[in-house]
Amino acid sequence: MPDKPKVAFYWCASCGGCEEAVVDLAEDILKVVEAVDIVLWPVAMDFKKADVEARPDKSIVAAFINGAIRTSEQEEWARMLRRKCQVVVSFGACANSGGIPALANQFKTETILKYVYEDCPGLDNPGKVRPLVKSEDEGRTLTLPEMHGMVRALDQVIDVDYYLPGCPPTPKLIMAAVQALLSGKLPPKGTVLSPDIALCEECKRKDSKPVDLALTEFKRPHQVQIDPEKCLLAQGIVCMGPATRGGCEALCPGGNMACTGCFGPTSRVKDQGAKFVSSVFSNIVPKEEKEIDAVLDGIPDPIGTFYRYGLSKCLLRRKLN
Amino acid sequence: MDKTAQKVWNQAHQQANSGRRTVTIDPITRLEGHGKIEIFMNDQGNVDRAYLQIPELRGFEVFCQGRPSEDMPQLTSRICGVCPTAHHMAATKALDDLYGVECHPVGRKIRELVYNAFMLEDHALHVYILGGPDFIVGPDAPKELRNVVGVIGKVGLDVGKRVISMRRRIREIINYAGGKVIHPVMGLPGGVAKGIAASELPKLKEVAKDGLDFAKFTLQVFHDIVLKNDAYVKLITSDAFTHKTHYMGLVDKNNKVNFYDGDIRVVSPDGREQSRFPVQKYLEHISEHVEPWSYIKFPFLKKVGWNGFTEGNSSGIYAVAPMARLNAADGMATPEAQKAYEEYFKVLGGKPVHHTLANHWARVVEMLQAAERMVELLNDPEITGKEFRTIPTKTPKIGIGVVEAPRGTLIHQYETDERGLLHRVNLIVSTTNNSARIAMSVDKAAKGLIKDGKVNDGLLNMVEMAFRAYDPCFGCATHTLPGEMPLVVTLRDLKGDIIREIRR
Repeated sequence: MPDKPKVAFYWCASCGGCEEAVVDLAEDILKVVEAVDIVLWPVAMDFKKADVEARPDKSIVAAFINGAIRTSEQEEWARMLRRKCQVVVSFGACANSGGIPALANQFKTETILKYVYEDCPGLDNPGKVRPLVKSEDEGRTLTLPEMHGMVRALDQVIDVDYYLPGCPPTPKLIMAAVQALLSGKLPPKGTVLSPDIALCEECKRKDSKPVDLALTEFKRPHQVQIDPEKCLLAQGIVCMGPATRGGCEALCPGGNMACTGCFGPTSRVKDQGAKFVSSVFSNIVPKEEKEIDAVLDGIPDPIGTFYRYGLSKCLLRRKLN
Repeated sequence: MDKTAQKVWNQAHQQANSGRRTVTIDPITRLEGHGKIEIFMNDQGNVDRAYLQIPELRGFEVFCQGRPSEDMPQLTSRICGVCPTAHHMAATKALDDLYGVECHPVGRKIRELVYNAFMLEDHALHVYILGGPDFIVGPDAPKELRNVVGVIGKVGLDVGKRVISMRRRIREIINYAGGKVIHPVMGLPGGVAKGIAASELPKLKEVAKDGLDFAKFTLQVFHDIVLKNDAYVKLITSDAFTHKTHYMGLVDKNNKVNFYDGDIRVVSPDGREQSRFPVQKYLEHISEHVEPWSYIKFPFLKKVGWNGFTEGNSSGIYAVAPMARLNAADGMATPEAQKAYEEYFKVLGGKPVHHTLANHWARVVEMLQAAERMVELLNDPEITGKEFRTIPTKTPKIGIGVVEAPRGTLIHQYETDERGLLHRVNLIVSTTNNSARIAMSVDKAAKGLIKDGKVNDGLLNMVEMAFRAYDPCFGCATHTLPGEMPLVVTLRDLKGDIIREIRR
């Protein structure tokens, strides 16, 4: 009997939600376990870095790597898995484009440390003690790694073959990706393993989306009763659907809330936020600058709205001071 | 171990007191992302002091500044993908408070349904997959069996399938009402985004009923495998796993355990009520201490004071999570859970229980309450009400919200301008509340179990068990990610050379 194909799962800077998404394969996970030999999965199984290192290069069929890259250790793991694996799948929004942790790219490390250890409410820290890379406690020396400031996407560190989008990817897409790998029917390199259509195309509210949205104001979701049937943009609520790839079957609009863009853009779009701005803002009714500004007041945090999961990959990069 | 890390370690070691030997339990492979345990040995080969260090910080409190407060339920859920619903709900309740709006009664029922469903499936995850293997398979079992595969080997494949299918069905409820199960979208100040359709009710009721059967079954499993084994009971009550600290948890108006709402109640190590307060007053009761050797902060009871890593009535250190919740309350809010609660305290010798490993049992007691609450809520015809939101009208300023996450009391505080844009955020997260007690547990277990230089796999696993019982989520605790902790245990001689490595 030939050996089963070897597969690795690994996580970098992530919340564990991508791991839970794999666990959410539920009964299907038994099928996966039957079909492949999992050689690395830190959350659920014993593992050894040395074991993976000892394997011949390209001997593992595929690695699914989730999480952004924030530390040198994560970078080393990514590089090592790249050497050992034939295919690397960037798994989830953080690996693909930085995800929520990349919102920290808007702030300096010093700002974070100062707030958390000096200015936060409820602190009892008169000596302004901070965690130190090296400290002494009763003659015992203890060390901590330094905090890194920048959050990067996986493909900014290693070459990536495929992308599974989402925060997190849905079990359905994960299963389809695993099956594609096992059958050897692989799409061209660089493919995002999810339908290349805008989210609006699979949204149940689609038919109520007018050609011209004729926007006169943006409403924040806590301010209005949200109609569960009608296009959210048509209700004046910012919905990232037009600039976001489908594949989740419009889960958040199904929960009666707007899409926040976690699947990233379609293949035809380079910058998700720029796409949204160009396609939706052209529907703003007022034409005078002052009046336009008044409409845009309804979007008080443009970066967090348009690049919530994509700050590592957006053209804006990071704030320097 | 890679060369850089080796060098850092060697330098640190050379500078350490030369009369000491050091044992490091270090997730080498995850050096910067996870906890590590440093054990300092003296000349006699006994433990001088063990430190649990949390080596990363992410700064959610800072990078949320300037953002609209209504985004917080979805932003903060990304602190942890294992317990996103807890952060989502604490944030939503902080928004209620921020806007001075009472949650619509139907919305509240839907929130509670989702929350109890989450508590049930998350506890099940820990009992069967994360922490339970220590007991179900056994603390001395070979490490390759101390995992979910070993659990299935012990309880049978059918039971394994039942766990998988039950978790899936419960999580489908969260998916339905919350939009998404991993990172829900339901929470808005004054209510929820989506109602429950009457047509869904029969299906939901069936899941809740099966969930209750499953919780009862889990209690039976715990009885058969753990309680009937004297050695396990002895281990649970042994001194190495015991600390006399304060305990904190949410209670309802009758002082019964409540996961979703209530006052925070604290009991002293001798079981007396130390304080009882609404979360809005938490800053009068909780302070945070900082140590230079860890990124995690150490909360303590302000009125008792920080007295170092010590136990007893004069130390402000307190615990949260299942055992603490049961200690802090006068009982459970539902009948089956109450029965299990009474048995729990009877067997463990009365209140409060100070044995860290009792958390596993307390978790099963709580599964019963979560399932019973789901059944109650779904039998309430109001839950399918067409109205489920109250639109806030007041000007926001400051809002504080609390829930009992599976891993303990979770507090979110937001301060905003008049448009609801955040300028100050404070999060006191479940595992952070436990950080001082966990640090003591690791130290005590190491001192109690490692003697005369004898260190073996089983002993090191027992040191790990001391913190695994808390179901710690250091991802949450430092608002960093991820939440789980693969460990590598490295034993070294005086020169810093590796004697051997043990990994899990």
